[in-house]
Amino acid sequence: MPHSQAASPSIALHRVAIIRGSRVILRDFDLEVESGELIWVRGANGSGKSTLFRALSGLLQVASGEVSINGAIALCDDNLALDLDQPLEKAIRFWTDLDGIKPAKLEAALEILDLIGLADLPVRLLSAGQKRRGALARLLASDVPIWLLDEPYNGLDQANVARLDAALSRHTEKGGIALVASHIAPTVNVTRSLVIDRPKAELAA
Amino acid sequence: MKGFASIAWREVRMAWTGGGLWLPIVFYLAVATLFPFVTGPDKALLARVGGSILWIAALLASLLPIERLVLPDHQAGVLDQLTLRGWADEWIAAAKIAGHIIGFGIPLILATPVAIALLGVPDAKAAALLIGLAIALPAFAGLGVTIAALTAGLNGASALGGLLLVPLAIPILIFGAGTLGDSANNALQLLAATSLAMTALSPFAAGAALRAARD
Repeated sequence: MPHSQAASPSIALHRVAIIRGSRVILRDFDLEVESGELIWVRGANGSGKSTLFRALSGLLQVASGEVSINGAIALCDDNLALDLDQPLEKAIRFWTDLDGIKPAKLEAALEILDLIGLADLPVRLLSAGQKRRGALARLLASDVPIWLLDEPYNGLDQANVARLDAALSRHTEKGGIALVASHIAPTVNVTRSLVIDRPKAELAA
Repeated sequence: MKGFASIAWREVRMAWTGGGLWLPIVFYLAVATLFPFVTGPDKALLARVGGSILWIAALLASLLPIERLVLPDHQAGVLDQLTLRGWADEWIAAAKIAGHIIGFGIPLILATPVAIALLGVPDAKAAALLIGLAIALPAFAGLGVTIAALTAGLNGASALGGLLLVPLAIPILIFGAGTLGDSANNALQLLAATSLAMTALSPFAAGAALRAARD
């Protein structure tokens, strides 16, 4: 199922509440993101950054409020979804084939993240940072307009942080949207930062 | 449906590379090998009950792969990524079931002639056994994926899988063993109907379970 590239991607949340188990994670949450914006999502551990991303991806139902999203979404979080027994390139190829993406685009993405030399190694032999770059390469190869990156810098060295930041800025210059949840600031033109603060120990009615 | 085929093929590959192919088959054949030791080499007895023993062995062998069917994909985020790409849970479940039929069902059928020879099941019953197992294995696969999806949300609950699958598989077992008896034709029809219903419903049941496990 190839993604349809929306002309102008956007995200609009209005008075959204998210409940997980019996805990209120977010309430009366508003967010508007326009084409070309790079948002740095901040917040303490457990404040609901990942939950917000899961809700935006449609993996979690919101309890109330309006969610309107234009454009396909790609999520890159801690669950890398790369088959450990497969060589890196084949593991990513499974996904790009599903998305109908040409192998040449994947090659280019591997090149950008300096993964060409690792393409034939089984994923289980890779380090945490290398696996993370593999998942990021899948994202770079796709032509999805909205990127949700949950702690993308985890395990990356300086050079690869710079490569990812460069890719982020190219993506937003082309009109894409990126939300980056991270404890360190992206070094590129962050449009704004969004602080998530969880309502303290509130129980859902 | 190119995507469906590649998701199903991924299941087959994982079944055949991770040692998942040999364990159930060796287990199945081990039952056939060990049974004569406990009953004694009574040819008439083995000819009478051998087919039924293989039905039980096939059912128990189908419990072994349950743990790896859904839980690893749930934990690795594979299911999340498929959902993000617009795959309905029912389609994901159907692809997994199709892959499991090929990855587990077909090797089991291929191993059955060996098991039949080990137990000395007579030819007339051997044909009925092969046909019956071929009809029932899609249902075993459907039940296996459904149970795997149900227990995926509960980490480390694979032991529960066996407990849940066995009672659900009883109709299959009764009609399956019935095909080896006197009213074989009736039993075969009932077996086919039960297996068809279970196989057809299981993507929906497993899909609902995948959805429930996602939070």
